[in-house]
Order: sequence, then C-alpha cells, then structure tokens
Amino acid sequence: MSPEPSSLQRTPSEPKAAISRYGSNAGQPLTRRDGILKVTGRATYAADNHPEGMVFAVTAVSRIARGRVRSMNIEAARAHPGVIEVLTSANRPPLFHDPDEKMPPFGFRVEVLQDDGVRYANQPIALVIAETLEAATEGAALLDPQYDVEPARVGLDTGLRFDPPGVGVGGAPMTAFGDIEAGFSKAAITMEADYETPPQYHNAMEPHAVVAEWDGDHVVLDMPNQALALSCATYAAFFGIPVENVTIRSPFLGGGFGSKAIINGPQILAILAARMLKRPVKLALTRAQMYGPVGHRGQTWQRLRMGMESDGQLTALHHRSISATSAFDDFLEPAANASLPLYASPAILVEHEGLRLDTGTPGPMRAPGEASGSAALEVAIDEAAEACGMDPLEFRLKNYAETEPGTNKPFSSKALRTCYAEGAARFGWSRRPLSAGQMRDDDGLLVGWGMGTAVFHCPHFPAEARATLRADGTALVETGAADMGQGAWTALAQIAAEALGLDIDEVEFHSGLSTLPDAGIAGGSGHTASAGLALNQAGGDAIAQLSDLAVNDPASPLFGAGNIGVTARGGRLHRRDDEDRSESYAEILARAGRSDIVGTAKSARDPDVASTHALYSHGAVFAEVKIDPDLGQIRTTRLIGAFAAGRVINPRLVQSQYFGGMIWGLSFALHEEAVTDKRTGRIMNADLAEYHVPVNADVPPLEAILVPEDDAIVNPIGVKGVGEIGITGTVGAIANAVWHATGKRVRKFPIRIEDVLSA
Amino acid sequence: MNRFDFLRPASLAEAITAAAVPGSVYLAAGTNLLDLMKIGVTRPERVIDISRLPGLDRIEWLPDGGVRIGALVRNSDLAYDARFAAAYPAVAEALLSGASAQLRNAATVGGNLLQRTRCAYFQDIASACNRREPGSGCDALQGENRLHAVLGWTEQCIATHPSDFCVPLAALDAVVEIEGAAGRRELPIEALHRLPDAISATESVLAPGDLIIGLRLPEAAALAGHARYVKLRERTSYAFAVVSAAAMLDMDGDTIRSSRIALGAVAAKPWRAHAAEAALVGQRANRETFETAATAALADARPSGDNAFKITLAHRILVRALTLASAGTPKVMPALPASPFPEQHAPAPKGDLHVA
Repeated sequence: MSPEPSSLQRTPSEPKAAISRYGSNAGQPLTRRDGILKVTGRATYAADNHPEGMVFAVTAVSRIARGRVRSMNIEAARAHPGVIEVLTSANRPPLFHDPDEKMPPFGFRVEVLQDDGVRYANQPIALVIAETLEAATEGAALLDPQYDVEPARVGLDTGLRFDPPGVGVGGAPMTAFGDIEAGFSKAAITMEADYETPPQYHNAMEPHAVVAEWDGDHVVLDMPNQALALSCATYAAFFGIPVENVTIRSPFLGGGFGSKAIINGPQILAILAARMLKRPVKLALTRAQMYGPVGHRGQTWQRLRMGMESDGQLTALHHRSISATSAFDDFLEPAANASLPLYASPAILVEHEGLRLDTGTPGPMRAPGEASGSAALEVAIDEAAEACGMDPLEFRLKNYAETEPGTNKPFSSKALRTCYAEGAARFGWSRRPLSAGQMRDDDGLLVGWGMGTAVFHCPHFPAEARATLRADGTALVETGAADMGQGAWTALAQIAAEALGLDIDEVEFHSGLSTLPDAGIAGGSGHTASAGLALNQAGGDAIAQLSDLAVNDPASPLFGAGNIGVTARGGRLHRRDDEDRSESYAEILARAGRSDIVGTAKSARDPDVASTHALYSHGAVFAEVKIDPDLGQIRTTRLIGAFAAGRVINPRLVQSQYFGGMIWGLSFALHEEAVTDKRTGRIMNADLAEYHVPVNADVPPLEAILVPEDDAIVNPIGVKGVGEIGITGTVGAIANAVWHATGKRVRKFPIRIEDVLSA
Repeated sequence: MNRFDFLRPASLAEAITAAAVPGSVYLAAGTNLLDLMKIGVTRPERVIDISRLPGLDRIEWLPDGGVRIGALVRNSDLAYDARFAAAYPAVAEALLSGASAQLRNAATVGGNLLQRTRCAYFQDIASACNRREPGSGCDALQGENRLHAVLGWTEQCIATHPSDFCVPLAALDAVVEIEGAAGRRELPIEALHRLPDAISATESVLAPGDLIIGLRLPEAAALAGHARYVKLRERTSYAFAVVSAAAMLDMDGDTIRSSRIALGAVAAKPWRAHAAEAALVGQRANRETFETAATAALADARPSGDNAFKITLAHRILVRALTLASAGTPKVMPALPASPFPEQHAPAPKGDLHVA
C-alpha cells in the first residue's frame, strides 16, 4: 500500500468557467472551490471509504455514569453471526502510551479500555468488530453489561469543587488588575447577578469516524481531523511507531467545532483493532455516542459584580465562573476571561473554580470560554446599564477600552466604535425606548431590542507551506489545512494565488493530508491567518527565486531590475518601474532550463507583536425578538452584526462565518441544552430530534456588516479570525432583547417558554 | 439491531396470517419503527412489510360526504389533497405542522396513529418504563419531565402521545378500520389509544396481528369555515408540541352552534375536550367564552412533575385556537402551519451589505 493514497486525487477542482467566480484574487467573494463536489456528492468524507476487506467496529458504551463493569456476556456477542472479535479491558492489546497520561499541548486522558472503570455515561466499555455494521451493532447490544454502580455526581450540589491549576488550554485560573475592593467601595451603583450556561455538545453533522488500514507498521487513517500534524504525533505515540508512519487523510470535515482537533478513545480503539486483525477497520460513532467521549462545552455557573460611578463609569468588574469538568481530567471553560479585554474598568478580577462531574471531559467547542463568558458578561453589562439608567450602547461607549485593560497595551487594530455605529444605524437602535416592556407590534406581540459586544482573540499557530511554480507557468501549492466547511479550500487558495501572482485557476491546491507541510491547527479562528501566512511566504519565496533567475539573466527583459524590483501579476514578472517590461513565468523557467521552482516557508507569529500589542477581533450584535404575550414563545426577528476582523480574504465566506456564529449564538440563547438525568447521569436528549438547534424557520434574515479594518501589526497578511466571534455578543443581545420585551431578566440559558410566561 | 425475518406479503390476508406469529411487527414507512429498532426499544423477530400492499393508499369520498383514507396514504399526500384540505382544514394543518417535510413525505396515516411516545425514558432502554417493559416502573416520574402529561396520567406512566394528526381526528370522531385474525372491525379513534390506569400502561387496544387499514372521517362541512390546529413548540419547526389544540366551530353569525375541541401533548392520548365543547354551545364567540371553555377542558389537569406551566399553556393554546378558529379558516395554508405566531413580514435585506 502506498503512503501516498489515491485520495490525493480528491483535490477539489471545477471545470474552468463553469460558473462565475466573481473574481478570484484575495479580497473577492469567490464561491467555494469545493462547492460543486459537495452538492453533487463527490466530496468523500472519512466514512465513505471502503477499502478491500474492511470490517466494522462498534463501541459498546456504559449506561451508568460512575462505577465499574462487573461482567459482560462476551460469549453471546462472540456467538453472534458475523462477529469477529470483542475487545474489552481484559484482552485489549497494549498501547505504547499510557492513556491516563496527558500528552501536551492538546492531549487529554482517553478511555481506551484500560480498566473496567466507568467514569461517565456513554464511555466505551467494549469494542465489537464484525463483518457488517449490523452484526457489530447487535454484538455490542448482546454484551448486556452488569455494573457495580456508584452514585452519579451531576450538578452543582453533588460535584466536587476544586481550585484548578489552569483553565481552557493552559490559561491562568485567576487574573487581577487594580484594587477590586477599592473599586467597589467607591462605586455609586453596583450590580451583582448569577448566570448559568448548560452543557452543550458539538453535534457536527458528520459524526466522528475513522477508516484505519495498516501495512506493517505504517497506518493510513481516513478521518475528519482539525489538527493533522499534532494528531499524527499522538497516534504515533499510542502505537509505538515513527510519526512519519502515520498518514491522515482528511480532505473534508462535516463540521468540527473543536471536537475533531483532539484525539478520542473510540478512534484509537478502531485503529488498534485494525492492527490486531490485520484488516481495515471502519468505526463511525452514532449520534448518541457523540455525547461523551468526544468533548463538549462544560456547564458553567457564573457570578458578575460591577461597580459604577453615577455617570456609568466602571470602577470594578468581578467575574467568577465555576466551570464543570470531568472527574478525571481538566478542561474548564475559561468563561470569566471574557471580562478581560473589553471594558475599561480600573480594577478587574476574573477567577475560576473547578467542579468535577461524572461526564466525559469537556473540550474546546466553538468559542470555548468566550461563548459562555460573553453570554453572562453581556447580560450583566445590560443590567449595569439599566442600574445606571443608561442606554446599553451609551454605557458600553462610556467604558470603551482605548487600550487593553490591565496591560495598557495598544490594540493592533480596533474598529469596535465603527462596529457599534454601523450596527446601531443599520438596526435603528436610536429609536429604542430605555425601559422594558414598551414595544408591541401590530399583532400585539411583545417586541424587545438588545445588543451585545463581540470579541475574540487572535491566536496564531506555526505553519508550513510549499509553493511549486511549474514549467507551464502554473503552480502547485501544498499545505495540510483542514476544510471544516468554513471554506479553507477556497480562502487559502486565494491567498496562495495572490502571493504567486496567478489567477486561482492556475493554482492547484493540495490540502487535507498529513504528508503535506504542517498547516497547524484549524482552531481558535486562527487557521486562515496561520496557514495563510505560510502560503503567502512560500509563494513569496518561489517568486523571489524566480525573480533572481530573471534579473540575473541578460536575455531577460527584466535583466538588471534587481535593485528596483519586480512585481508578480497574471503569471508574469513586471519591472516595478516599467510595467511594460515583463516576462512570463514559463519563459523564465524555460530559459533557465528549470522544470520548476519550489518555494517553502515556515511561519509563526513575531513574538514581539504579542508582547507589545493586544490582538483581538471585535464586533457588535443587535437583536430584535418578538414574544407571544400569552404563550411565551420567543422568536428572533432581526439579527444584525457588525464585525471588524482585519483584512477580509473572501467577503462571501467571511459573511457566512459571521452568519454561522450568529445562528450558533441564537441557538445558545434559546435552544441548546443537554438534559442530564440527575439520578443516573445519562443524557436524555442525545439526538437531533430532542437536542434542539435552530431550524431555518427560527433564523431571521441575518445581516453581517463587514467593517473595514487595516491591521499591519497582527501579522504580515493583516488577517484576524472570523470563525467564532459571531457567537459572542449574539447570546447576550438576544437575552437582553428578551428582557427588553418582557421585563424578565432570564439568567439561565437556554431561555425557555416558562421563563418568560406571564402569570 | 437484531437479526429478524423480513416478509413482504402480497395481500392483506397474507399479511394478517404472517403477523399471527409472535414477535411480528408491521412495517409501513418505518419513520418511527426503524428508529426504535436502531436504539433497541423494539426488537422484532419478524418484520412484515405492508408498504406495497395494494389498495391501501387511496383517498375515497363517501356518499354521505365523509372520506375514507387508506392506511398507506402518505401524510404529505393527504395534507396537500385539495379537496381534503378544504373539507378538513384543521387536519391538514396538523399534518403539516408535524415532523419535517422529508418525514411527512414518507410517513403513513396508519403509522401516525400508532406512533410511540417520545418520552426519553421510553427511548432509553436502561431506564425503567412500564410501556416498554410492563411492571418495570416509571423513571420519568422523578426524572426530567417538564414536557410530560398533565391529564389522564397515573404513576404507571406520565408520557404523552406525540401525534399532531390525531388531535383533530379525535375532535372529528374519526373511525379506525382494523383487520385482524378475527376479521374486520371498527373503533372510534377515542377508543383506540388507552390511558394508563393504576396497574398498566398499555398504549392501544389493538391485539397482536391487528392492522389498521384505513380511517374514516364523517362529513364536517359545517366546521370547515372555522377550523384551526395550533401548536406551541420550542422551535419553529421539526419539534414535537409542548401543547397543541384543535378547534372547530359551527358558527351562526358570532354565536357558536357547536364545536369540536381536542388537546395534544397533554396526555397519553389525543385529548377530546367534551366539557369545553359543552361550555361553548349557544355562546357568543368571545374571549370570555373561550376562557370558560378552556377552564372546563383543564378542570382535571394536574402536574405530573416539573410541568405545572403546561397547564397554563394548554389553557392558553386552547383559547388561542378558539380565537383563531372563530376568525375563520385561512384562505391559504399559513407558511408555518399551526404556528401561534402571526405571519411575519420581515423586510428582506436590501442590497449589498458590505461596507468595504
């Protein structure tokens, strides 16, 4: 079996000129390069692979949340026709890495049948491999496990509280600026309130899946993956093989939202089974099985306290979060950190406490920390404005942070004022009555308007890329990026094409494969900036080499232009001071006798930038809700966001990202919640019929205003991130609109019918 | 899922004979059965596919003005049948408020009548459930039960019947035609579903092997002008009802001659509200009258758990349904059928929104 798999041919391409692309260079609203493949079903996802001889693996999962498996009917499972093997803690082959040992930086403890312990409901307790999916499924059902049950710890009153060493991924559990008590003692007005956010599950459309095929000590994995290089290293450690022996093919992901960046137990078990059986193995989780071993957004209980002068100026901001994690590992929503970068209080204290529950370990889920923290903060700000008798926008402007609170670092760019102004104008915010319960529409529905501030930090991951200029003047561009549906295939190719001075159709873009240069992690809204910078620099490297050939070649019209320089455009190098003197890439290469030029880059953030500047995207979200006064049914009728996130590579895709984030925020505010039975710790709505996310009819016509923002500091391509910011601000905006319509301040998400029902 | 025999009988008689074997189930569209088989709630030994039986997919108009609907008529086909939707608008509205377009295109009339409860404890095979396993208990009683029954429940079972379609059917005195080992018989729909009692949570009166082959609705022209189904749900579409109500009025000016009323999602069966109907006879159609009727409908309601708010909501959804029905059946089906929200006319975004 070749380590260069045939799926390499899955590179998205469209017939040229089949559809209008509306311009293809960076900054243009190019349609998705993979769009036709997706809508015609030719884009293959991991579970679409069926290598010769493949068998099926199904996990049996625990129905209790805490205790141990006393026995299972292995014989019944083995006797079922088609069942090949049953793996339990008694016979699972060894792994080369201790699954109870965390593997930095994004490693978590995983459940891979290392013992008979049960630490949460839906934990894998056996793996059944069979010739068919049906036989494996029935084999798992026949195991009929018997348990020694211990009481499940569910909720604030039964969980174990602890002081966490860190929050999120390596974040400090507590940050303080200024004298918080002094701030409160000089406050003329104070507010204090408690907020609660529920456990939420990623529910990517595509479940976690893997097709694993071994050849000796090489393994090829078809799996959706947001962090190819990191995952290869982790799998290599688990299986005791060199990292280069692991190939991951992940051309498309049907959504990831953070849950496909981290290694999980079921996938490791399937890979192990493939090695043991010497046959390719496929495992795809069911929807219900995704509620446990593949991460979720942990529950939070937050308290916000604010002190204000009588004119609304903040004197103190205190944000505390109790963040739930599992009984055996730590991932705490860094929710309180949402209060650090936004409002100019002379004293800010953010702190976290941990709560151990018998659940799977939470993980990063789209805007981890920012989403739940912003939900509480933005409602609290609304309450603070109310306490001061001020318009919520006026209150936010009064406390506008000109520099980063606490550190006083300048922002690399911050067009938040423009976001406020553009969004408010578009929404008609100035006509908003100050107090609640003032507006009704012609049908008698209660109407409310609310707003929230959006903010998201700008992480940057090290990344590599390769750009090969070919003899015919076209280019091959390679980096192991992840298209989760956000449009990486398109936006990254636009950046590469621009760097190479080529039309995008002259650029063959290879991605989604671990043997390509490491594109870093598709997470933290940093993928376009991180992989994009590598592509930009690899393209620049190729052009520089090409330029060297031309300007040093007496036969070239560009000869001697070395000091003046050349520009790359339309497949030609042009003399910078005389655009008419130019030569095509193909001509330069041909005369030099070169079949190609390979440009490479390893890029990372300039460490000085992060130490001297605060790096954030910003936005403002305005929401209108209408509420049936008798029935309490809430509908979001308008949702307008204005966002500034540096340079926009593709406005069409950026707008879609904002829309997706805003819909996610709507879902957070009004719909999403995993409901846990308090006696058993089992999640009772682990399917898409009962775990509600919005349907199209719940989503009003959305508007996302792309506020221009030039940022020459954040990174050389000026790109911030757009993937997660849309959630922040939106949750609070909708909750505040619900208050404005009804006068009821709901502080527990999601907001339900009974919360706003009038007596 | 477990291994099972799959049969596709060619005739009704063959199907009935095949189903006499214990462990048999009938399969029509499978929109409910297959899900339950996948999660292990139902583990049949023998699946009898009736989806291709001839003659069960017709909508037939009867000489007395009523209609006979074959058990295999698809939900969408029935709802979009112009003559049916005009004659029984609340039924069409209820059908179109259920599930998703894809499910409605597949789901059959007969299957809808027999769909199982959505109670999470019924669907979770590790939980005690008297419906799934008689005598095992009811874990919903002390569990997550904010959407459970407020009428007709016992400690045996607090689940609700999930169907929208059955709510107006109950109001209209639909008759269910059943073929079984003992031949053909008929039941009023009110007698098809059973409420739990002190010792049992049996769902329907059908015997093993019984097959619903059709459904008859009596003529109801006098009600067609003032007929609505209204459904409160936690999202705008693709959600089961929190509470729902079918209301049909025979009006003489603004006086109510007679009415048909049923509530949904409040009990283990579609809940015909005879007391509310009686309260409306000869009354003026106004808010006060409707409040009185709703109070009568819910006189026996009591929370089965964390769901007292559902009693308030059931009262208000009935008042809303009566109010909307008295205003007249809409000339065209609302874009969001059964939504209590008035049609929204949100302005479309104008032009290019990019500032850049």
